[in-house]
Amino acid sequence: MSGAVRLLLVWAALMALLALTVGAAFLPIGMAKPWVAYAIATAKAILILWFFMEMRRESGLARLAAIAGFVWLAILIMLTATDYLTRRWIM
Amino acid sequence: MTDEPRFEHPPEERAPSYLAESHSLRSWFFTTDHKRIALLYLVSITLFFLIGAGAAALIRLDLLTPQGDLLTNDGYNRAFSIHGIIMVWFFLIPSIPNVLGNFLVPIMIGTRDLAFPRLNLLSWYIYILSGLLTLYVVVSGGVDTGWTFYTPLSSVYANGAVVATIVAVFISGFSTILTGLNFIVTIHKLRAPGMTWSRLPLFIWSHYAVSIIFVLATPVLAITLLLVAAERLIGIGVFDPRLGGDPLLFQHLFWFYSHPAVYIMVLPALGVVSELITAAAHKRIFGYWFVAFASIAIAVIGFMVWGHHMFVSGQSVFASAVFSFLSIAVAVPSAIKVYNWTATLYKADVAIDAPLLFALGFIGLFVAGGLTGLMLAMLAIDVHVTDTYFVVAHFHYIMVGGSVTAFFGGLHFWWPKMTGRLYNETLGRIAAILILVGFNITFFPQFLLGYQGMPRRYHVYPPEFQVLHVISSLGAALLAVGYAMPAFYLLWSLLPGGRRAPANPWGASGLEWTTSSPPPKHNFIAQPVVVRQPYDYPLAHPASRDDG
Repeated sequence: MSGAVRLLLVWAALMALLALTVGAAFLPIGMAKPWVAYAIATAKAILILWFFMEMRRESGLARLAAIAGFVWLAILIMLTATDYLTRRWIM
Repeated sequence: MTDEPRFEHPPEERAPSYLAESHSLRSWFFTTDHKRIALLYLVSITLFFLIGAGAAALIRLDLLTPQGDLLTNDGYNRAFSIHGIIMVWFFLIPSIPNVLGNFLVPIMIGTRDLAFPRLNLLSWYIYILSGLLTLYVVVSGGVDTGWTFYTPLSSVYANGAVVATIVAVFISGFSTILTGLNFIVTIHKLRAPGMTWSRLPLFIWSHYAVSIIFVLATPVLAITLLLVAAERLIGIGVFDPRLGGDPLLFQHLFWFYSHPAVYIMVLPALGVVSELITAAAHKRIFGYWFVAFASIAIAVIGFMVWGHHMFVSGQSVFASAVFSFLSIAVAVPSAIKVYNWTATLYKADVAIDAPLLFALGFIGLFVAGGLTGLMLAMLAIDVHVTDTYFVVAHFHYIMVGGSVTAFFGGLHFWWPKMTGRLYNETLGRIAAILILVGFNITFFPQFLLGYQGMPRRYHVYPPEFQVLHVISSLGAALLAVGYAMPAFYLLWSLLPGGRRAPANPWGASGLEWTTSSPPPKHNFIAQPVVVRQPYDYPLAHPASRDDG
């Protein structure tokens, strides 16, 4: 498969996932709604990392650097959530 | 460094120095030589330091009297905002990495330049662009949000040039990201043959650690500031509760960058001090790996402590307890460094030169700032002194007493290498002592003021605080003299007839001392090969033994 065709297919997959995100917003799934959106967003991020950011061709060191970005994002979200999720514990 | 250099390398092959390569303006403003870019940064940050210091002078003059006779309320807000914004983003953050780091990282690892020389120049131009925008803010009436841009003040109520300031800081972030990227790639890919990770100078380890923070934290600040601008300009609800936002979210995002930013200012300083201490003691550093990994530990743990800025903000008590514990934990690697420097100096035949005096001053001020930081990390004490002068004194001990002192120490230590000239050592020692004394007279009274309840960011205060404020302002005048002195004798050394520096005036180890002063354009005449451990004292070179 040529590079251009591959990129077009990945782009089409991203568009399909976008449509899925919009569609999922109308489903009557209550509290699960944001988690479905997060799951679709994660799939999009993986596609972008793997194909558009060329992680599939990179060395272990570059992949480690990319993973580090997500670890740091996890630190940001986790410790911020430590505040938001526990505000009602002690009034 | 006394009247005559105590150490001298034999005359080496001569190549034109990077300064003598060309003298045209074009050769400076379009240079891709990391050493010249370092000097461009040195001149630029010095100009911003003067503006920031001018704002500080206005603040200290205004605080001489309890009524705030010099500035209006609004004028005072703008003075401390500009002081903070300029000193943090346009002086402290770029000071050591962009001047000393830019100059030394390639030389210390034995390569001819950074991995991306043009990106390095672009970094300087981006810095200048953001600096010019900040100067526009200064002349167009300033900004009154403080350097922290807290919402909803910044997003709803402030009426200064908030968006322009935010854009300036946003742009400057790209400069630091590019520098961090450049350092990481250079340290990974361009080390000289034999320069293994275990042979890296500690200055390099600390710059590696700070580069991680540059790359991982700065984008979060950029996104956060863009969100503030978007809320202010088009009313999207991120931080404004009336629009469904949360003002505390701003503080979380801002401090996720800005607390690590403190380590951006301190980590390079720690690297400088490790070099100064070992060079003065002529000993291998005590516990090399502990000091090296302490830098990495500080960089990583430093990302997990930001909530200690939010203990009284409405953050949950559980989160505060977690952040309190983590903030105390980050003191461990910092303490390791201090203990190891002390152990390195133990029983050493130290040379009491200006760089060592700056380094010793740094250790004292860093310990005082660090221990008061531990006090602030504890919930009960922090609640008592939040938003008082105790906090102001604490962070000035770290960021000014620590980082600026180390910057001056490093500048003195590597000045002969950067310029090929020797400065007047006696004046250097006087300046180091004057800065230490002036700093303590300025900022120690602020601990007392804060503990007694003097709030920060107020310029009208009860008369009983006046004595301590006057002492602090007098100390600031002394400090200003201390800071001005090096500007004169360092520039004086550049005049025709100034004493030439040998390749290794301090008898120090490290690749930078094996090349001429100033170095040739590509740093070394031949590719160096590293065969020894770092800080391998006494020096192997027979002509480098101590003759003094």
